[in-house]
Amino acid sequence: MVSQKTTNVDIDRLLKHHALMWRIRAFEEAALQAHTEKLVLGAIHPSIGQEAIAAGVCLNLRSDDLLTSTHRGHGHTLAKGADPNQMMRELLGREGGNSHGKGGSMHIADFSVGMLGANGVVGANIHITAGAAHAIKLLKSDRIVCSIFGDGAINRGPFLEGLNWAVVFNLPALFVCEDNGFASTTSTSSVTGGKGAAARAEALGIPSLTVDGNDLISIDEAVRSVISSIRAGNGPRLLVAKTYRLSGHTASDPDTYRLRSEVEKAWESDPITNLGGVLRRAKVDTVILDNHESNARIEMAAVFSDAKAASWPPLSRAFEDVQDIGDPRQEAF
Amino acid sequence: MTTMTYADAAKQALTEEMRRDPTIWALGEDLGRGGVFGQYQGMAEEFGPERIADTPISEAAILGAAVGAAMSGTRPVVEMRFADFALCAIDELVNQAAKARYMFGGQTKVPLVVREPMGMWRSSAAQHSQSLESWYTHIPGLVVVCPSTPHDNFGLLKSSIRCDDPVVYMEHKNLWALEGAVPDCDPIPLGVARIARTGQDLTIVSWSSTCHEAMLAAVTLEEEGLEAEVIDLRTLWPWDKRAVLDSVEKTGRLLIAHEAVQVGGFGAEVAATVADRAFSSLRAPIKRIGAPRVPIPYAPPLEDLLRVTPERIAAVARELTR
Repeated sequence: MVSQKTTNVDIDRLLKHHALMWRIRAFEEAALQAHTEKLVLGAIHPSIGQEAIAAGVCLNLRSDDLLTSTHRGHGHTLAKGADPNQMMRELLGREGGNSHGKGGSMHIADFSVGMLGANGVVGANIHITAGAAHAIKLLKSDRIVCSIFGDGAINRGPFLEGLNWAVVFNLPALFVCEDNGFASTTSTSSVTGGKGAAARAEALGIPSLTVDGNDLISIDEAVRSVISSIRAGNGPRLLVAKTYRLSGHTASDPDTYRLRSEVEKAWESDPITNLGGVLRRAKVDTVILDNHESNARIEMAAVFSDAKAASWPPLSRAFEDVQDIGDPRQEAF
Repeated sequence: MTTMTYADAAKQALTEEMRRDPTIWALGEDLGRGGVFGQYQGMAEEFGPERIADTPISEAAILGAAVGAAMSGTRPVVEMRFADFALCAIDELVNQAAKARYMFGGQTKVPLVVREPMGMWRSSAAQHSQSLESWYTHIPGLVVVCPSTPHDNFGLLKSSIRCDDPVVYMEHKNLWALEGAVPDCDPIPLGVARIARTGQDLTIVSWSSTCHEAMLAAVTLEEEGLEAEVIDLRTLWPWDKRAVLDSVEKTGRLLIAHEAVQVGGFGAEVAATVADRAFSSLRAPIKRIGAPRVPIPYAPPLEDLLRVTPERIAAVARELTR
């Protein structure tokens, strides 16, 4: 595993990551609050504890690069540049949401920033990523496509079929396995044969790199190097980022499958605290770091208030964007 | 006026579309060597291996990649070889292709065509013979097309490729060698039925290969003094209700014939709609003819037992008009 380096760090770059990680954390906390207040009625899957991966991966993507994500996709979407106001409205099912409130949390998407959607089906985004990368190659563009999925996804077919596809067509795809140790609420190692994601990718001929997913500096450096290789036309790469989900699988997960002591211990490796420590040791003014937290909370509180005040989508939205030919607005029965 | 086979008509349509629009590409197993039924013969030579892409035997990846490619500026034409194999890619078709436009609030569209050769083809048995078109009509977001003639296979494939939404395009395997006139180069609009034959005594609604059985039945019936109107739906979603209702209002009798299992087949949808909207025109109960609810067997005499034949169609038509 690539370990944390604290020498020669680019402080400005790390500060950007630190601020973004706090924005993701604050967004997730606001989303959980919305769930508690029964303003979010469907399932939400918070990414608290996994913010370093979202930031480290997405800040290395160009704005015209493409991204696909999982059901746990708020952080990735925000990191790719989506507007949190639209995102929170989407979570609350309101007008002004990215998808007019028709997709919700599990289908959060912002195509205007190249975020092609979170996906409610585990692993399904891997195929979509392969295809988007295929299109980019056909169109002779130098963009890349990044797919973030969890460790549970490596036991679904798309991990084999999609990665194989990316290899045989030599596609500009970055696969990121966000390995939080749990497939939904089951320990992934207890349901996974062999040595896991990296070994499987290597068997397909995809070079892979395993990093500490709670160490922003390691992720940032790893992603930067693999992206330059992918953009140079060297084909797909896999990054396995080891992390831990500090929140439940969903907002309503009673979280009885792991010991409290295990979760408490994991908080000691909170990626935001980790990065804050690095920055403090590098003599960054603590006020700046504290401001990242307070500014993020202020921003997301305003985002939450805005979403609460937003109206429901007009009922006519239910019939929009189904299809052109056979449009239900002409004939739904 | 050109005469060509059903397979060549589709190849001609795809070729013309690919010449017109460089973002159109085809992907599937064995396409470089012409496809399993020869529907792509010679196309790799003209368009190269990037646009006539040979893929692994990974149906889910083929269709899933097509979804990603369709959302990223290209128009993929997916070949599934057999409709039966497309079941390996049902998540990609139903949960992804059909849903993306809606669940992302119109931020994207998924302009792909998935070709799913369907139907009985001598002794192909249970996993290479099915007619599953009614499944897809149940899924909001999909267009479902079942051409029966070379002309329709030409014009409907063109329209399907130009459609901005996912189209399940089901060619019948038993029709590949069927020859017919392709009088022009125009797309044929989706959702418009073809009146294959006019008549005033009863209406026979059908699609795909069974249309030809219905036409043969109509010839027999004519000799007996019965004039059947035969309607080829061509597109099952959206389907041309107006054409069917107009016909039933004229004839007062409706028979729906299809190769698929009768239970839960699309004939039930047609029957229910006509019962609902043209009840007062009906002079006899609506009849359906489809396959019994049995997997397709291998042995020819057993396979033939399940077929919807001209004789069966004519027999039910006589009952209706008695």
